[in-house]
Amino acid sequence: MHKGKNIKKFLIFASIPLSIFFIVLVVPFSQGLFLTFTDWNGFDFNKFVGLENYARSFEDERFWATLGFTASFVIVSVVLTNVVAFSLALLVTAKLRSANIFRTFFFVPNLIGGVILGVIWQFIFNRALVSVAKNYEWPEFFQSSWLNETDTAFWALIIVTTWQASGYMMIIYITGLMSVEQDVLEAARIDGAGALRTLFSIKMPLMAQAFTISLFLTLRAGFMAYDVNVALTGGGPFRTTELISAHIFNEAFVYGNFDTGQSKAVMMFLIVAIVATVQVAISKRMEVQR
Amino acid sequence: MKKSKLGLRVTFWVGGVLSLIYAFPFFLVLVNSFKPKREILQNPLSLPIEFTTDNFEQAIKKMDFFASLTNSVVITVFSVGALILVSSMLAYYLSRMHNKFSKVTFMILVASMIVPFQALMIPFMGLFAPILSINDRASLVFFYVGFGVALSTFLYHGFISNIPTELDEAAALDGASDFTIFWKIIFPMLSPVTATVAIVNALWIWNDFLLPVLTLDRDSRTLPLSTYLFYGQYSANYGQAMAGLLLAVIPIIAFYLILQRQFISGISSGAVK
Repeated sequence: MHKGKNIKKFLIFASIPLSIFFIVLVVPFSQGLFLTFTDWNGFDFNKFVGLENYARSFEDERFWATLGFTASFVIVSVVLTNVVAFSLALLVTAKLRSANIFRTFFFVPNLIGGVILGVIWQFIFNRALVSVAKNYEWPEFFQSSWLNETDTAFWALIIVTTWQASGYMMIIYITGLMSVEQDVLEAARIDGAGALRTLFSIKMPLMAQAFTISLFLTLRAGFMAYDVNVALTGGGPFRTTELISAHIFNEAFVYGNFDTGQSKAVMMFLIVAIVATVQVAISKRMEVQR
Repeated sequence: MKKSKLGLRVTFWVGGVLSLIYAFPFFLVLVNSFKPKREILQNPLSLPIEFTTDNFEQAIKKMDFFASLTNSVVITVFSVGALILVSSMLAYYLSRMHNKFSKVTFMILVASMIVPFQALMIPFMGLFAPILSINDRASLVFFYVGFGVALSTFLYHGFISNIPTELDEAAALDGASDFTIFWKIIFPMLSPVTATVAIVNALWIWNDFLLPVLTLDRDSRTLPLSTYLFYGQYSANYGQAMAGLLLAVIPIIAFYLILQRQFISGISSGAVK
């Protein structure tokens, strides 16, 4: 009797979402893992090859270059986005009448997807900046497109990413700043703490949770960045600005290397999982229990 | 007192300048979309001298603007609606059943949020080619539900766990079925989370690029996809390209300005929970 009721409950409430989740996520994930151990060509496979696909991915110099490029991109974009976002949050929480308008300006780039932002900035770097620099005789550095050189294209990617993501993270930091109780701030003020002292010794420790979340989100977004990369640089010049996501996409769907493409995708998953877990564990330890 | 006034003034100017920097790319798109090509080449910063709306007519036609807009709206609305429906029910089930199954299921859902789509996309295409050929828009909605159900359930779960079970029990004593209890009593209480779930998912689905690029045919293209392809094809024709970009940006900004408050509170309560 009781068991029958539970089964009915499961069928009504959980069976549909769980089967969709299973079909869309669990099945391709397990199959993807399985296929990396075979000589799969995108349609079928003949034999198991053990770790050969992983070994071949490891030997691929391009893959290491991509990983290096992605690592620098992740580190710089995470640091810069969070520093900018936190500063913006402090700025718009100042008692200022125009704060709400500023907040809207900072947030808007977030509403628009990476592809569209990417092509807008492509126009800026390739066209607008170059022509303005020539018209007003700016230094040589600005007179040719940043997207033609690997180093400057890297910074172009960073600028666009920071510009896009900082508004979203700002919202998270604002929520964190607001969660610090007024009486704690009052007590700090009475004890003679200045603005900076209050910020570093009271506000930041008490809002550590916001840092945990924001760091996690920016890390994940950095590793998974695809749209902006494709739309802004298209991986060029000569695949030197390809981030890991675009690299895997091209490996499989452009060059038809499904086996190594998938083994690289699994490695990407492992890297994301390890980095994110370590980051959350460390950040959690910094959080103050309230 | 005087010092803090000066501080506010500095803050105001810094904020103003930064706002202009953040808005600058949109300003460029806006002014150039009304110029003929020659003027854009001469000075991309100036306001249009020879004001033209030709760019828009061309862009609307060449990127199938209204068809793509409709596709985007339909796909987003159905995906978000389905996600609200199934994940609220799943979260209710998981938070009210205190057994091993519900705990393990919840843990798997949470853990799955770390899996990047890139780790699935290659087998994905082979597995789902048959259902994609039947109806790619409906398949895409199905995929979005699969990918979004973990986060949405997680958001609902936190909220539902705080609703006392006495409420369910009282209704059950009055003879209401589980289904009625959920829809008549619990679901109406969930509207703050429902707003969060709707906004977080709508932003993601509306702007998504990788999944549509892999799965959609020509007539089912979403707005970001057709804008990107249009830009790639007509990028030498700057005026039209800018008009296309402006058209792609307008719907979501308009939507945001109408629902500004919900957006902000949706994002902050979605993240800090």
